[in-house]
Amino acid sequence: MADDLLTIADTTFTSRLIMGTGGAPSLEVLERALLASGTELTTVAMRRLEPNVRGSVLSLLRKHDIRVLPNTAGCFTAGEAVLTARLAREALGTDWVKLEVIADERTLLPDPVELLDAAEILVDDGFTVLPYTNDDPVLARRLEDVGCAAIMPLGSPIGSGLGIRNPHNFQLITERAGVPVILDAGAGTASDAAVAMELGCSAVMLASAVTRAQEPVLMAEAMRHAVDAGRLAFRAGRIPRRHFAMASSPVDGLPQFDPERPAF
Amino acid sequence: MHASSSTPSSRTSSEPPEAAPGTSSGASPRPGAYDVLVVGGGVVGLATAWRAAQRGLRTVVADPAPGSGASQVAAGMLAAAAELYYGEQRLLALNLASARRYPEFTAELEEASGRDTGYRACGTLAVALDSDDRAHLRELHTLQVECGLDAQWLSGRECRRLEPMLAPGVRGGVRVDGDHQTDPRRLVAALLTACERAGVAFRRAAAVRLLTAHDRATGAELSDGTRVSAWRTVLAAGSRSGSLAGVPEHVLPPVRPVKGQILRLRVPGAYAPFLSRTVRAVVRGGHVYLVPRENGELVVGATTEELGWDTTVTAGGVYELLRDAHELVPGITELPLVETRAGLRPGSPDNAPLLGPTALPGLLAATGHYRNGVLLAPLTGDVMAEALATGRLPEEARPFSPLRFSNALQELTV
Repeated sequence: MADDLLTIADTTFTSRLIMGTGGAPSLEVLERALLASGTELTTVAMRRLEPNVRGSVLSLLRKHDIRVLPNTAGCFTAGEAVLTARLAREALGTDWVKLEVIADERTLLPDPVELLDAAEILVDDGFTVLPYTNDDPVLARRLEDVGCAAIMPLGSPIGSGLGIRNPHNFQLITERAGVPVILDAGAGTASDAAVAMELGCSAVMLASAVTRAQEPVLMAEAMRHAVDAGRLAFRAGRIPRRHFAMASSPVDGLPQFDPERPAF
Repeated sequence: MHASSSTPSSRTSSEPPEAAPGTSSGASPRPGAYDVLVVGGGVVGLATAWRAAQRGLRTVVADPAPGSGASQVAAGMLAAAAELYYGEQRLLALNLASARRYPEFTAELEEASGRDTGYRACGTLAVALDSDDRAHLRELHTLQVECGLDAQWLSGRECRRLEPMLAPGVRGGVRVDGDHQTDPRRLVAALLTACERAGVAFRRAAAVRLLTAHDRATGAELSDGTRVSAWRTVLAAGSRSGSLAGVPEHVLPPVRPVKGQILRLRVPGAYAPFLSRTVRAVVRGGHVYLVPRENGELVVGATTEELGWDTTVTAGGVYELLRDAHELVPGITELPLVETRAGLRPGSPDNAPLLGPTALPGLLAATGHYRNGVLLAPLTGDVMAEALATGRLPEEARPFSPLRFSNALQELTV
């Protein structure tokens, strides 16, 4: 869909599927899955990364010309997240960051207060900030107000595979956002990705749904198609929901059956 | 078991066994060369050297401190079944083949070295602590059964009857009676002695550059400035196997370091036996295991981190291991914490080892064993010695040829 590009900040992408690398069974499977997904942007955890090793995840992304989106996974405070983002900028030479500040290990839900603080500091510092946030329309607006380049609400907790638990909130967020809204976390299978796109998301970000699938490469391909299908459906405009049926074929002028004399 | 029937003892060093016609004359290492140079004296390199020497090959190992690398850190779980993953069924067959060799390998090694290796046929119990982890373990159990493994599903109470120190919250588990353990530290010490007794020479310096002549490996230059000539060079340098100078880029094994932090606790006599088999769990998606030795050592491992050559023990690494281990076996808080350490696993792209001849004549690989170096040591020693002595890699090792990665790369780029 070369005529329908995704634009984040100053950069355009053909693919609307953003991948994560966590949980892959092996580097080889990860590589094949990334290629099958068609992704052009992939996030890696800065705390689990050493940029200058041959055969690392990073060298794999470079080999296939996939843009690296460092994230701040594992940070619990704005201070940690800001520090991690700055280290990532230094190590990787990119000022893009997927900002994650989580509240606790059990749910891995974002801490909204710390998140907003960190976003504000990093935007001021010249970063292109893509925050992982709750599916809260008000918080989404506040994040956009401080200058985030995209909003990445969760469908459900990271790795849970529970899909989008509050589609209505997603719609509220996508309808008023002036920056791309990207589903982050919760997709469990292809239909979840399609639903996100139908709700007006500009892209879908996922990792576990692919890397922890029994056949990650197949699931990556399924996700690519689901994102494309959902995007097309969104652009096409879905039909209104009706209470009663409305025949799809015209009824006028059809031959009448005589119930006394069946046709067969 | 490796009697001299297949020993090529009549061969002279001017006749390499499988040199292609026309290549041997100009590419010969100088006179006095060894038959085999093994680069790296870890558990894999030493097993290879020992088996090669048993076949009458004049063998030398180059390592500044043999047995001091990942072998000192590894827990020594022989977990062919308990560490099964989707898509790794082929590796499973190799792991099982090596696990089956362990009793005989151990007996022969202990006889040859006069040292105990700490092998313990104790089995493994993998448990789940909450409903999510239980579902995950159920899936693993289904896969284990599909693969024909002997794995038995137990209720939480059944698990706790086997291992009373387990937390009351255990929701269920899988009993794998065929996954045993050995003590890698004692194993490498025994291998060192066995190698010395079998006539293996040791050069206590690091190989810094592979020597080649006429497109053939001829030995290595060492960190002390000396050179070792050999008909065959085996790259068994663990996580460093991918960075030896002088190896052509397309031949370098795609091996990367994968950091693991690990703890050693001690079970005082009053608490013994504490645990009677290896206990492992997935705790909220992360793996933790406890390996109890007969001598009272209790190993708790391990983190998996892609951080290059870093071997720092971090507060976070120790915390996570203790947190998960404590959730699994609350009583560990009473045990003395004896040691914290980090080592580097040699990770390959598909998590499986690289065994046998590389694309460069004269250079073989025995590396990339990732989590399974200790488990695969007996089989690696056998198949590498066979390849070195006869020029033929045994059938079971052929899917793990280093050449598979050059092919895979081509498939991906078309």
